[in-house]
Amino acid sequence: MLNKGKPVIDRERCKGCLLCARTCPVKVLGPDSKSNSWGYYPSMLIDPDKCIACGNCFQVCPDVAITVYKL
Amino acid sequence: MELLYGHPKSLKPIQTKYCPGCGHGVIHRLIAEVIDEMGLQTKAIITNPVGCSIWAELYFDFDSVQPPHGRTPAAATGIKRVLPDHLVICYQGDGDLAAIGTAEAIHAANRGEKFTTIFVNNAIYGMTGGQMAPTTLVGQYATTSPRGRDPVGEGQGYPIKVCELFSSLEGARYLARGSVDTPVNIKKTKKMIRTAFEAQMRGEGFTLVEILSQCPTNWKLSPHDSIDWLQKNMIPFYPLGEIKNTLAPVAGPAVAAK
Amino acid sequence: MNDEMRLMKGNEAIGEAAIRAGCQAYFGYPITPQNELIAYMATNMLPAGRVFVQAESEIAAINMVYGAASTGVRAMTSSSSPGVSLKQEGISYLCGADLPALIVNVARAGPGLGGIAPAQGDYFQSTRGGGHGDYHTIVLAPKGVQEAADLTYESFEISERYRIPVLLLADGLIGQMMETVKFSKPIDPETLPKQNWAVGHQTGPGMGANHISSMNLEPESLEPEIFERERKYDKVKKELCRWEEIQTEDADLIIVAYGTSARVSMSSIQAARAKGIKLGLFRPITLWPFPYARLASLAVKGRKFLSVEMSMGQLVEDVRLAVNGACPVEHYGRVGGMIHNEEEVLTAAERMLGA
Repeated sequence: MLNKGKPVIDRERCKGCLLCARTCPVKVLGPDSKSNSWGYYPSMLIDPDKCIACGNCFQVCPDVAITVYKL
Repeated sequence: MELLYGHPKSLKPIQTKYCPGCGHGVIHRLIAEVIDEMGLQTKAIITNPVGCSIWAELYFDFDSVQPPHGRTPAAATGIKRVLPDHLVICYQGDGDLAAIGTAEAIHAANRGEKFTTIFVNNAIYGMTGGQMAPTTLVGQYATTSPRGRDPVGEGQGYPIKVCELFSSLEGARYLARGSVDTPVNIKKTKKMIRTAFEAQMRGEGFTLVEILSQCPTNWKLSPHDSIDWLQKNMIPFYPLGEIKNTLAPVAGPAVAAK
Repeated sequence: MNDEMRLMKGNEAIGEAAIRAGCQAYFGYPITPQNELIAYMATNMLPAGRVFVQAESEIAAINMVYGAASTGVRAMTSSSSPGVSLKQEGISYLCGADLPALIVNVARAGPGLGGIAPAQGDYFQSTRGGGHGDYHTIVLAPKGVQEAADLTYESFEISERYRIPVLLLADGLIGQMMETVKFSKPIDPETLPKQNWAVGHQTGPGMGANHISSMNLEPESLEPEIFERERKYDKVKKELCRWEEIQTEDADLIIVAYGTSARVSMSSIQAARAKGIKLGLFRPITLWPFPYARLASLAVKGRKFLSVEMSMGQLVEDVRLAVNGACPVEHYGRVGGMIHNEEEVLTAAERMLGA
């Protein structure tokens, strides 16, 4: 029985490196088409319901821009 | 909703100057997490030299001392000798430790200095725009090895395996190599940092954690591709794991009297 | 115990004075002619509860000083001319980070490897800043073992007062010779006040953290910092100038000399006066800040100045600056480890007077 989770991304901290999207095993994350105030295209939740709260995105984020909650 | 993974307290919640995808950010977070878990924020001092880590003092919410390039282990020696109860972190890149500062690093290790070196190995010189580092791989492009590192023909020597190099020094007690390419390796690296910091606070030294990191900007790859490059090229050459661990076994329940 | 007179070598007297001044950390590397100092510290620092490290190089030593000084403790290193050349980057950083420290130079003949006998060829290096950037260290020049001990003892407090490193410029003769010396009372480092700018004194998580650094990449913000440091230097120039004068009031020729050269010149002046020749001596003790104002006031019409130094002419430039064309200024130097004797200094002075 898998956990359900919710990652929260700080849009302004994110630099759009998308390492989180690369490492997410269930493909919850992807690039936003709208940029933030720095000109980066941050990561966003494209399929939030799939999140299993594994924390991989948090682990690889170089900007600690992601907080992960367990639902 | 239960918070599972959040921002560590001893790292300031501000955007960093590091490039998108840079490994420094993850390494900073691991250090801050271990410091939080060990309750050492008020006792932590980081020495951060020239290199991209020159910015580290903006992000860690504790004392810092910025030494000249390569002299980081000497400055850390001065601090730790005078403040032995503090957690002293000697944070260096490949130029600082393996080029200009090799003498200082080897001799600090040889004296068994009780601070912990965090050595960020990204096989290139980042801050100055991508020159060849002592850790640059054979055949790897850098601005000062434009035809690819050529050890013999162009006399550019071979990449240096720092943990292995230091392992013959008796004063060097814990030499481990981690990587920040995958969540699994990131968690293993955190354990290495924790082992090193705990040894330091028990009064043991010298401890060093080498961490393979991506440098997308100077490798001229996207962050995504830079992880692939690290996995394909660096990990086979720089083996991960505890290269040397001669730390005293941590005391268990009863120790038999002699 | 505190009031006794001891017969000691200069190098060792400097070490003893430093320990008594509460020096908590010594980092050094062997180099002739100051090896007795590092050996004295190796023997005596640990039993006094202080830190001693023989570093792997003079570069490592000055950087260990940088680290220890960042924590606010009294820290020092010592070396001789070629080793002090190695320290220049570290000294520039100490000044750029406004850290107190003591650097002892027991000078020898240069340039390059040169010789191990005494010289005064490091005046430019010491007073013009041998490293990069706009900075100064306070430079104190003793003339013998007693003054070397006294100035060493004082240097730590001076350095902390202004947050400027102090360079004690001795030479191989002072380092090696044995004279009687009386020391000041020992200070317990635990009783020294904590420095609120230092690291290692955080009061709570994220509270009271200090960042020791000399870097500022924004010119608009670095320039005012440097101007601020210059104001500090102006204060030092006003408050700290020291010199000694011997029979300058009626002198026809004033010898300007420091350290060993001044000792020799004192004998020349005695011999001259016995012959009716009116020589005087102006001996700067602070080479930086140099006592320009006092020396300038002595540049009256008809007087001549002779700078006597174990160099090809370094101190003489400051004499010329002070005298500012009002009187003739010449230089008499011995180099390569040769030390003037009193007869030749007298002859040089007589020659200049006769000219």
